[in-house]
Amino acid sequence: MTINLDAKIPDGPIDEKWTNYKFEHKLVNPANRRKYEVIVVGTGLAGGAAAATLGEQGYRVKAFTFHDSPRRAHSIAAQGGINAAKNYKGDGDSIWRLFYDTVKGGDFRSREANVYRLAEESVNIIDQMTAQGVPFAREYGGLLDNRSFGGAQVSRTFYARGQTGQQLLLGAYQQLARQIGLGNVELHNRTELVDIVVVDGRAAGIVVRDLVTGEVTSHSAHAVVLATGGYSNVFFLSTNAMACNVTAAWRAHRRGAAFANPCYTQIHPTCIPQSDDFQSKLTLMSESLRNDGRIWVPKDPDDNRSPDQIPEDQRDYYLERRYPSFGNLAPRDIASRAALVEVSKGHGVGPLKNGVYLDFGEAIGRLGQKVIEERYGNLFEMYERITDESPYKVPMRIYPAPHYTMGGLWVDYELMTTVPGLYCAGEANFSDHGANRLGASALMQGLADGYFVLPATISNYLAPLLGTKPVPTDHPEFQAAEAAARDRFAGYLSIGGTRSPDSFHMELGKIMLEHCGMERTKQSLEKALSEIPGLHAEFRKDLRVTGDGESTNQTLEKAGRVDDFFELAQVMCLDALTREESCGGHFRAEHQTDEGEAERDDENFAHVAAWEWTGDPAQPARHVESLEFDNVHLAVRSYK
Amino acid sequence: MSRELNLTLKVWRQDGPDAPGRFDTIAAPGINDEMSFLEMLDLVNERLIAEGQEAIVFDHDCREGICGTCSLMIDGQAHGPQKGTATCQLHMRKFDDGAEVTIEPWRATAFPVIKDLMVDRSAFDRIVEAGGFITAETGGAPDANMTPIPKPVADSAMDAAACIGCGACVAACPNSAAQLFTSAKVGHLNLLPQGQAERYQRVEAMVDTMEELFGSCTNHGECEEACPKEISIDFIALMNKDYLAAKFKNRKLLSRK
Repeated sequence: MTINLDAKIPDGPIDEKWTNYKFEHKLVNPANRRKYEVIVVGTGLAGGAAAATLGEQGYRVKAFTFHDSPRRAHSIAAQGGINAAKNYKGDGDSIWRLFYDTVKGGDFRSREANVYRLAEESVNIIDQMTAQGVPFAREYGGLLDNRSFGGAQVSRTFYARGQTGQQLLLGAYQQLARQIGLGNVELHNRTELVDIVVVDGRAAGIVVRDLVTGEVTSHSAHAVVLATGGYSNVFFLSTNAMACNVTAAWRAHRRGAAFANPCYTQIHPTCIPQSDDFQSKLTLMSESLRNDGRIWVPKDPDDNRSPDQIPEDQRDYYLERRYPSFGNLAPRDIASRAALVEVSKGHGVGPLKNGVYLDFGEAIGRLGQKVIEERYGNLFEMYERITDESPYKVPMRIYPAPHYTMGGLWVDYELMTTVPGLYCAGEANFSDHGANRLGASALMQGLADGYFVLPATISNYLAPLLGTKPVPTDHPEFQAAEAAARDRFAGYLSIGGTRSPDSFHMELGKIMLEHCGMERTKQSLEKALSEIPGLHAEFRKDLRVTGDGESTNQTLEKAGRVDDFFELAQVMCLDALTREESCGGHFRAEHQTDEGEAERDDENFAHVAAWEWTGDPAQPARHVESLEFDNVHLAVRSYK
Repeated sequence: MSRELNLTLKVWRQDGPDAPGRFDTIAAPGINDEMSFLEMLDLVNERLIAEGQEAIVFDHDCREGICGTCSLMIDGQAHGPQKGTATCQLHMRKFDDGAEVTIEPWRATAFPVIKDLMVDRSAFDRIVEAGGFITAETGGAPDANMTPIPKPVADSAMDAAACIGCGACVAACPNSAAQLFTSAKVGHLNLLPQGQAERYQRVEAMVDTMEELFGSCTNHGECEEACPKEISIDFIALMNKDYLAAKFKNRKLLSRK
């Protein structure tokens, strides 16, 4: 299969491209929409919003989630907020500024046209979600409140206490529930995608496994949308939910969808440090805490006094020192790496010396405990539940953890992958965040894709298919994919080795975190690439899955996901190895300035790297989409 | 700082929806008290797999107390002994060394067991599908600041909207009633100006669906006690008031047809 990386960016000035596109693309008449079937996989912000909107428009939609209910998707865990260029604070915000901040925040590795459209749609999202009843925080006069977030010098972040993701997801879920109740959307819960079927070069449908009965079945449609989230769990320990995985995107990749920029992963600066070896997940503390919390470490690495005993002049507020104008609100990649630097120099705090302080003492003194409680009460409670320490009394301890993946399936301006008829939305695609995502931008992108972009672009593909029927599921391609899936799961059960899927996952995660984490070198990446295939081979030989395949078997589910992580891990390392520059979340130690900042190479790497599956996970083919910057001047990203 | 606990677990095992269940006694020695309850179960499962046995099936996902996927009756209490805390955020430091811990699934007719500790809570989705939304289709929304909402109103709506849909309220209720869950969604939407147009249809449809699927409320108040988000039973009173009003108002609307 040949890979065509034509992004199909519309003509015209950047602020007219989306409007022009919407006028020029093909539409499907409302009365004809019921003749089309669309499959949406994933019911988070992007998938839930897309399924609901397509249902409202009149398409026949089948929505799939591996959760028990669409409301469980991991979008729900986003805490801090959602950006929108409303300029309600009158502090100089605009669509243009949000666009610029996002391109700059992404270290000039995203597509201008996509980001501009995202900034344009951001304002509609807030309107839409408010109309649906999302209880955003309000001022006493009844108008919407905003706060500021990393990487921006304006207040443009809308929030609902510390649970913005929950409220937005419930908003999308309610719209989806309405469509399910009306019969426009057919929901398949506890159903996991195990393969994509391509017939005559077009996406024809999916093969799924019922997680309750183990039954493997096929579903066909005119178009398939994947909104299946990111792949941070390749690191084993991450802030992602336990079930988050790459399988849907990876199965699509194996069927011809290019995987773009897999090495762009975000390590979130404010997570609770690991407390013991058995830990299976790390908990994020919202970035919004950096609005009032000050980050510091003791100047003396051997200072073991409790934090309140360390006088001001013996503390190093290293972010404020290194980045005076953004200070504690420096973007995530920068804040994370700075923490890594301090901890590796031995300045880490806590019993395992694996954290830095995030201190609210000064803010409590200035604003009073009540204000801080109102802003962050639930986050402080959560912290105390986990660590048994009260942040009102002692500073929080935080450390970076894998959190978000900017890379994902390559999509064009219409969010279509390199497989015609196969779309990808939300975190699962690679499109808008470049090499680093700014805080409060993931919710924005998921909802923009799901509510406004995909429902507008999909008709351009569907319109010419009027009168055609989806490929029947007894087509040989479906039958073959079903048989392969059954064999795959039966295979895991029959290995009869000695090690659980989790034990392999943990080992893979350690390799990835150490060699392809916050800091990468040629040597470390080559080491990872030499170790992963061996571990994968051992997985195939020595895996032990107990139980059977005819009822709920979480060990078996996990085995399939870990199997795919092994293949993804290799292309991540290859991508990191071939990108001989540092940009955003991708920091190659060989490419840094004298001051230790990331050093981009715009001449050779101002492009998207999209990988094509060749059948051998160690030898994928690299393709390139060059990035043109007509509106933003490529500059060294400075937050000093 | 951290202690090691040696526990004995009594875990409900059930092979499928129609299979008879049983309690398995499983030793859980050497548990670090920094672990969360679910990490303890992860470890127990790893040990079971190492012994060639089937892992205990339980629902869980975000482990941050927000997705509502986790459940478990722990020593007869929904989400265990710590108030206002979902099982995933319960830590082993709340347990004593040598304790016997009984772990069961949610028990309610509306939540049939799927396997072991996993139950089917889709009855909650049916209630939301019946009316737990504001009809605002994508595209036509007015500017978000067009309708000011007094802060106390927005805050109360948010208090209700904080519900994570875990089902602890139903599991804790002697009648397996779903009043707290339903009233949280009704309260969230009926308090907001945006929710007024459908206020009475919403409450009638949701309550009627709830009554078909769940038991009846007899004001025990166990639901509030068990709720990991500490949602107030005051919302049940608000829902009842709206439901009563709806029976008159909706009939009037009918007569105008």
